[in-house]
Amino acid sequence: MSRVVIIDYDAGNVDSVARAFEENGARVEVSASPAVVRAAERLVLPGVGALAACMASLRDTGLPDLLHERVLREKVPILGICIGMQLMMSGGDEGGEARTLGWLDARVERLRPGPGERLPHVGWNTIQVNPHSRLFADTPPETDFYFVHSYGVLTCDPAAIAATCDYGGGFVAAFERDNIAGVQFHPEKSQKAGFRLIRRFLAS
Amino acid sequence: MLKTRLMPTLLYKEFGLVKGTRFDPGRRVGSVMQAVKVYNLREVDELVFLDVAATREGREPDYELIDEIADECFMPLAVGGGIHSVEHVRKLLRVGADKVVVNTAAVERPALVREIASAFGSQAVVVSIDVSTTNGFPEVVTRAGTHPTGRDAVDCAKELVAAGAGELMVGSVDRDGTMEGYDLVTLRAIVSAVDVPVIASGGAGSYEHMAAALIDGGASAVAAGAMFHFTQQTPLEAKNHLRSKGVATRR
Repeated sequence: MSRVVIIDYDAGNVDSVARAFEENGARVEVSASPAVVRAAERLVLPGVGALAACMASLRDTGLPDLLHERVLREKVPILGICIGMQLMMSGGDEGGEARTLGWLDARVERLRPGPGERLPHVGWNTIQVNPHSRLFADTPPETDFYFVHSYGVLTCDPAAIAATCDYGGGFVAAFERDNIAGVQFHPEKSQKAGFRLIRRFLAS
Repeated sequence: MLKTRLMPTLLYKEFGLVKGTRFDPGRRVGSVMQAVKVYNLREVDELVFLDVAATREGREPDYELIDEIADECFMPLAVGGGIHSVEHVRKLLRVGADKVVVNTAAVERPALVREIASAFGSQAVVVSIDVSTTNGFPEVVTRAGTHPTGRDAVDCAKELVAAGAGELMVGSVDRDGTMEGYDLVTLRAIVSAVDVPVIASGGAGSYEHMAAALIDGGASAVAAGAMFHFTQQTPLEAKNHLRSKGVATRR
């Protein structure tokens, strides 16, 4: 059984994320303790909120340096969810300019809604999967995931894109680079489709 | 393509569920956990849970109950009732709510909406505006439909979106639980005045009503309580019907 540590930095729905991982067979610990993070086999960075505030909370835990070490040097698999994914980028300007973890060279920006589109982008939407993606290897075409956000990664290194979503001018719905992955949608709230993705991450 | 959401609404008072008629909570409809489990199995798009007596009784949200509900709820969960501070929201999100629904407190103190949005993002705050047209204009009514404010619903909607509401839920005090259909006139007026998603609520009795709220009313989502709890109609059939009308829904 895989031991997953969900990073608790006082930014939202840790409980839902923990429940969904447990439901999929993971042994879960929700924690901000350096000792626990140091012992994790897998990490999950969740988050709900405005980017700048979330980054400040993450910094308050004192964990960023340890995360850099575990993720970049020791290559521990990590999944970022929603703001957790956005924190992995280099920066953004929601709620003030924020410098974030910088694991992927990309910015978090406000979506650009087209005619008839409203923000936040909220609800179930289909994604376009990169056929090389590992996370989505067993996701059938036309699968819907649950999104709720106004900001996102509009563009990044195409080689890192695991899936895109056609809303608000188009954005990166998921990325993968080595041991680092992030999803803009909420797998913990996406029922079967989300659980499938969680199991793929646990098997990675 | 973004799908139109269909959201069952659970009204909660004390230890059971109630079906309201014109906002007067009445008969119990069984245990809340049972209903949540059924909706989870049916894979509904999103669940709305409203503790309709909290504000009236001067209570905070029941965090333990929400925790229990959220543990069985692997779909988005919007929780309302008794929310008056950022701290209440923090606790609700922490135990598993995905967003909060604020009604009375938002209308009485729009700064609350701004505070919640800046702490957790606009996407976490749904403002519910209950409307009555009995005084000849779309009037905002607070305190679970008991307190007419004299305020115009469209103006109020604009103000609360400017304050940071990520979605609006437009309810009808006159039609709530009657199953006579949504208040399309008010709905349309609010949809065209704001640029956030609007959820139609209060009055649904048939799939046709839902189609009207979406196609004629311009709503982004439909919520319904009584219709699902007290008739043979189901969210699945509703979606099939909506799809036959050209509305994109999740399969």
